[in-house]
Amino acid sequence: MTGFDLTILLGGVVAGAAPILLATLGETITEKAGIINLSLDGTIMLSAMTAFVVAFNTESLIAGFVSAAVVGALVAAVVGIFSIYLEQSQVAVGFVLTLMARDLAYFLGNPYTRVPGPSVGPQPIPFLKDIPFLGEVFFNHSLPVYLSLLLIGLIWWYMYRTPQGLRLRSVGENPGACFARGINPRSLQMIYVLCGGFFVGLAGATFSLCTKPGWGRPQGAEGTGWIALALVIFGGWHPIRAAIGAYLFAFLQVMGIYFQEWFPSVPAQVFQVAPFPLMIFTLVFINFAQKESVIKHAEGRVWLKVVLRLFSGAMPTALGKPHKTGQ
Amino acid sequence: MQESNGINTSVSRRDNAIARFSRDLVITVLVVVSFTTLIIVLAGAPPLAAYYHIFKGSLGSWVKLGHVIRVWIPLTLCTCGLLYTFRIGLWNIGVEGQVIMGAVFTTYVLRFGMDGRMANFFLIAAFTAGVAGGALWALIAGYLKTKGGVNEIFAGLGLNFVAQGIILWLIFGPWKRAGIASMSGTELLPRELWLSYVSTIRLSPLGLSLALCAIIVTAIMLRYTKIGLCLKALGSNPNAAHIFDLNTRLYMLLAMVFAGGFAGLAGSMQVTGVYHRLIPAISSNYGYLALLVAMLSNYNVWIGPVVAFFFACLNVGSIQLPMMLQMDSSLSGVIQGALVLAALAVHAWRIRARRIAEETWY
Repeated sequence: MTGFDLTILLGGVVAGAAPILLATLGETITEKAGIINLSLDGTIMLSAMTAFVVAFNTESLIAGFVSAAVVGALVAAVVGIFSIYLEQSQVAVGFVLTLMARDLAYFLGNPYTRVPGPSVGPQPIPFLKDIPFLGEVFFNHSLPVYLSLLLIGLIWWYMYRTPQGLRLRSVGENPGACFARGINPRSLQMIYVLCGGFFVGLAGATFSLCTKPGWGRPQGAEGTGWIALALVIFGGWHPIRAAIGAYLFAFLQVMGIYFQEWFPSVPAQVFQVAPFPLMIFTLVFINFAQKESVIKHAEGRVWLKVVLRLFSGAMPTALGKPHKTGQ
Repeated sequence: MQESNGINTSVSRRDNAIARFSRDLVITVLVVVSFTTLIIVLAGAPPLAAYYHIFKGSLGSWVKLGHVIRVWIPLTLCTCGLLYTFRIGLWNIGVEGQVIMGAVFTTYVLRFGMDGRMANFFLIAAFTAGVAGGALWALIAGYLKTKGGVNEIFAGLGLNFVAQGIILWLIFGPWKRAGIASMSGTELLPRELWLSYVSTIRLSPLGLSLALCAIIVTAIMLRYTKIGLCLKALGSNPNAAHIFDLNTRLYMLLAMVFAGGFAGLAGSMQVTGVYHRLIPAISSNYGYLALLVAMLSNYNVWIGPVVAFFFACLNVGSIQLPMMLQMDSSLSGVIQGALVLAALAVHAWRIRARRIAEETWY
């Protein structure tokens, strides 16, 4: 048990990061369009429950994943309608939905608690899995994990290399200018809110059908949504850097198991909350890295500049301030 | 002549406001009831029986009412605290952790008085420590916001999880009962350290009066003091700091200390008045719930306690659901969330209607 194998460790990181990665990517899209969907934690729970219940009843994993994604998009739609069309505080609506979606998940999922159900099996990719080291780390997983890997590149390409991606970024920066260019900022934002919610729903399904199969109270996915929200900031609203953050976090989680074996006197609870103070420190550091005096200090110090660049990220200018029409 | 005219219009205006308010209330309640009924039917349970059990389980007897008020006290304390932070525009989501730290600090002091001597001294010291603990935890989030540039939502949330980790560690580690460490918590406090209560309904008069005091103090602080005025000015007008030469950071920290202090007091109440020990779920999610209460009451210090009472009824009543109908008790959370969302929607719709009316007027 105390054996330490880097290949298995990294393989575990890639597999374990899948749900949080999907959620982080989804939220990155939403926030890039200028809307904060704070309801992530509840959405993940609700979609995880939906995925398990649907997959259990229909015996179809695909139906489970699809329904979870739809539920994710539905919750996001509530956030979108309230913030974009009714001009209510995004934080308030998101927070209410966080609690409500979680309670809804517990309530509706109650009859399915601790029922053995379907789960996604591993699907090694032929040939690629035989590559030494890399094969074990990247190509010996289940389909949702491959999907999460693929999406990193795909979303980056969409955001930074396509005209649609340019519009997505512009609506988050300046919806007014979008409007002047003949793009309807409201519907565009709504589309990406739904899109982000869709991926968050997939994250929930990945939890209950793949990473931690099954449903119960607590399910084990509690808190993930908040971490994903923090990772979006950590990633500076950039999909690839957000993905790096998700992998770092998963690495910490997996290391927690080893730490527990190495330091048996320290209770498990300490390792479980370790990511949260780390998240705070990172946020402090990001703020620190953007201070002018620090940037000046870094002039001429190459390694420091690299570190600072790693921690800097510009927030979409119009984040949290939806476009108001008729003005 | 003119004067009577003025009175007439003001009366009719007030009548209008009341009519509008009651219409909004009816719409909100109707939306929530139909949504909840739909959810209960979806779960395959009888809706009417569920409502009946929630009602009977919360207001059905004096004992049940006592239980409701025991929930109402910490909920009201947290809501009062949150009004300070909301007033200056801070989202003190860390209130949950502040309740936990209040309970932890309280327990820390009470552990010195486990032999039951000098109970009153230890109780007073424990309450002070509880308030200090909550305030300290809020101050950390406040400093992270004002000095570290960390959004108070993430700072507070992270600290909530840390507080949860601390309480679990204490219960399973240094403060575990002799021989056994379990989720049931630390050793039971001696009787002398329990808040005195009316035995028939198990309700502490001291706790109740503390909560009532909190409401009055908050109302006076926010309405009649300079602090209250400055909090409001800074919260509603970003230029106020510049115009009135106010130190925004200082007032933010002050608001956080108030919020944390009240939350810490709620934590002390939970330890000395309700559970008489430290348990992992000592905060019972009252902090998060108080955020909903504050929102639904439209940040009004007098409506807040009423909403808190209703929420407490839902929480206590829904305990019956698993026993009676094999449903999960989280139905109360669904109803509470739906209420806030529906109220927000009706509010937004009202503003929209008014704007359209104004546009056609001009």
